[in-house]
Amino acid sequence: MDNNHHHQEESFWRKYIFSVDHKIIGLQYGVTSLLFLLFGFCLMMVMRWQLAYPEEAVPIVGKLLGDGGILLPEIYNSLGAMHGTIMIFLGIVPLAVGAFGNYFVPLQIGAPDMAFPKLNMASYWSYFIGGVIMIASFFSPEGAARSGWTSYPPLADIETGQTMWLIGMVFLITSSLLGSINIITTVVQLRAPGLTWMRLPFFVWSQFITAFLLVMAFPPLEAAAVLQLMDRVVGTSFFLPSGLVVSGEVLNVSGGGSPLLWQHLFWFLAHPEVYVLILPGMGIVAEVLANNSRKPLWGYKSLVYSITFLGFMSFIVWAHHMFITGMGSTMSSFFQTTTMIISIPSIIILSAFFITLWGGSIRFNTPMLFALAFLPMFGIGGLTGLPLGFAAADIHLHDTYYVIAHFHYVVAPGTIFAMFAGIYYWYPKMTGRKMSDLLGKLHFWPSLIFMNGIFMPMFIQGLAGVSRRLWDGGLQYAHASGTLQWNEFMSISAWLLGLAQIPFIINIFYSMKNGEKVDRNPWGSTTLEWVAPSPPLPHVNFDSIPEVHRDPYEYSIPGRKRDFTPQTEPKKG
Amino acid sequence: MEIPYTVEERPDTGLINSKLGIWLFLASEVMLFGGLFSAYVFLRLGAPDGAFHEWGQDLNVPLATLNTLILISSSVTMVMSWASLKMNDFKKFKMYMGITLLCSVGFLVIKYIEYTSKFHHGIFPSTNTFMAIYFTLTGLHGLHIIGGMIVNGFLMGPGSKMWKTEPEHFTNRIEIAGLYWHFVDLVWIFLFPVLYLL
Repeated sequence: MDNNHHHQEESFWRKYIFSVDHKIIGLQYGVTSLLFLLFGFCLMMVMRWQLAYPEEAVPIVGKLLGDGGILLPEIYNSLGAMHGTIMIFLGIVPLAVGAFGNYFVPLQIGAPDMAFPKLNMASYWSYFIGGVIMIASFFSPEGAARSGWTSYPPLADIETGQTMWLIGMVFLITSSLLGSINIITTVVQLRAPGLTWMRLPFFVWSQFITAFLLVMAFPPLEAAAVLQLMDRVVGTSFFLPSGLVVSGEVLNVSGGGSPLLWQHLFWFLAHPEVYVLILPGMGIVAEVLANNSRKPLWGYKSLVYSITFLGFMSFIVWAHHMFITGMGSTMSSFFQTTTMIISIPSIIILSAFFITLWGGSIRFNTPMLFALAFLPMFGIGGLTGLPLGFAAADIHLHDTYYVIAHFHYVVAPGTIFAMFAGIYYWYPKMTGRKMSDLLGKLHFWPSLIFMNGIFMPMFIQGLAGVSRRLWDGGLQYAHASGTLQWNEFMSISAWLLGLAQIPFIINIFYSMKNGEKVDRNPWGSTTLEWVAPSPPLPHVNFDSIPEVHRDPYEYSIPGRKRDFTPQTEPKKG
Repeated sequence: MEIPYTVEERPDTGLINSKLGIWLFLASEVMLFGGLFSAYVFLRLGAPDGAFHEWGQDLNVPLATLNTLILISSSVTMVMSWASLKMNDFKKFKMYMGITLLCSVGFLVIKYIEYTSKFHHGIFPSTNTFMAIYFTLTGLHGLHIIGGMIVNGFLMGPGSKMWKTEPEHFTNRIEIAGLYWHFVDLVWIFLFPVLYLL
């Protein structure tokens, strides 16, 4: 291929910084988003100090906070809002879609690159700028946003720091939009010969549906962000009702707006966004489970239909976040019903994953451990969501630590574990070397224990009615007093969880040079990415375009020589 | 390696990449303006009876009608410029594309006149919720016009060199830009009655 020769001459900048190769962009996304995840976690570790030992000087970073090192309420609020924003928009979505989607969707469908390589680069740099703006807001005179990641008005309209948050969000939304258009087009247009829709690996399906959610759900948030920006900069009253009193004085605006409008626009995005956070994780888990239980993914078709149905349904459940806003019982019962319906496909998916394990000869390597842990953790997160979906139960639980525990079980030991599984599973493809299994286990077991140490007690606090936004963790409230002893326990778990990530960080760097060298297909896998060299060739991926003859998960088929049959292997006769 | 299906259609989907891409982009744009239109409905329902109609009386309907005509004409010339390329007539392409650009400049000038006359009468986005949504919607639409002008200007100027080397690819680009331009036109066709006439 003469193109190979041509690309050898690329300069350093073109090759590693402003690259249009989906693999480099995927790695850029991966490194940036992992750093943001770490940063967002650090914010939380600081907050947990204040919750465990209220109004005592914070060690290590106390000097940065000023005022004797005590975490002040306004900074606590900033850290909380930015923790949510960073984890979701700068951490998990870019890691799940930007990194994994970018790197592995083209490989799994046998494509040389994404459909629009330049758009891909623009998407990364738009994300980067959005991230820089978010980080810079900490150092601006107004400080970072402090109205929660949901930015509810009227508070968000009048509180400081929100303007930079909104501008940052516009960049992040643009980035997601470009990325997801790219993924959909790539999947539709660049599938290898013979790769029909029902032969796509489940990971590709999950990315495909996720991309649709991003394309359709993010623009309303962009609209909402524009309106809030107008409120803050030009003085409109989209979200400000008439006669709003702030600090004892009536606010001098025209009024007539509605804070509920924000909530509707926001949750119209943010509920599909929840599925954006979880679906790519499910996709990765499906790959790892099928590969390491050496069995075909059980119920492949029902999985595909479920995830598609889930995608559609996720657009009509948003107001279950708004049961206590007084929108009326008709609306509540509608959204309560749709919420119950949307739990069905999730349960089908989880059940199919469990049945996949049944009777398999399971290999307990690091990626598999993380994938296995995903199942019960996501299960806990999902099942504890049901009471929140009922309007009556939600009145008690709304805005308590129960909600925090619920969605963190889905996203932290759920999605993030799936991401870890993906990193351990695909690391050999990216580098040609395996990650250390010992360090991987040192990473996995403490992570699993401390994740539960953090989030399980939150259910107890939440059921007692402790609000999620208290600076002192509930000291002033009688109803919280029975559960306060958990605060220290959860905080220590959080810091130990931080320590538990050290083996992972070491592993990434250590294995790059010292990991066990492996061939193209170290896990004995069937899907297309394992046909390519490790790492895949720059700009072309494959030695020649692969041809697909089979379903994605032909493991342990009786009568065959090997316990796996790659998709590229021609059928006999 | 070249990305496949940038110029020829993929047989089983009948699409080139960029056409699917632009339709997805337009779908997201529909959701963007859909969100803003629903904000309009929400605010109108929340306003006192008839207030929205009354606040809208300050708008200049004749100028907006003229703008509607201008924008529709520009859509027509945009199609003509694409058709000219299909018929291998590069000069006509340049002429029609030029007219499209002139129309968009005209649209913005009229918009500018409308905006400044509002400001002179002391009407600002902060005056009431109708003016807030009016300025937001038309402002965002104006930004879309400017975006389209940049693309069209590029395709007429430096970008048109591609015609000599890859005529088919270039024609596709005009078609894609045209789809976007028609969408911007279509948004205005919704904005005009909703804001000016209702």
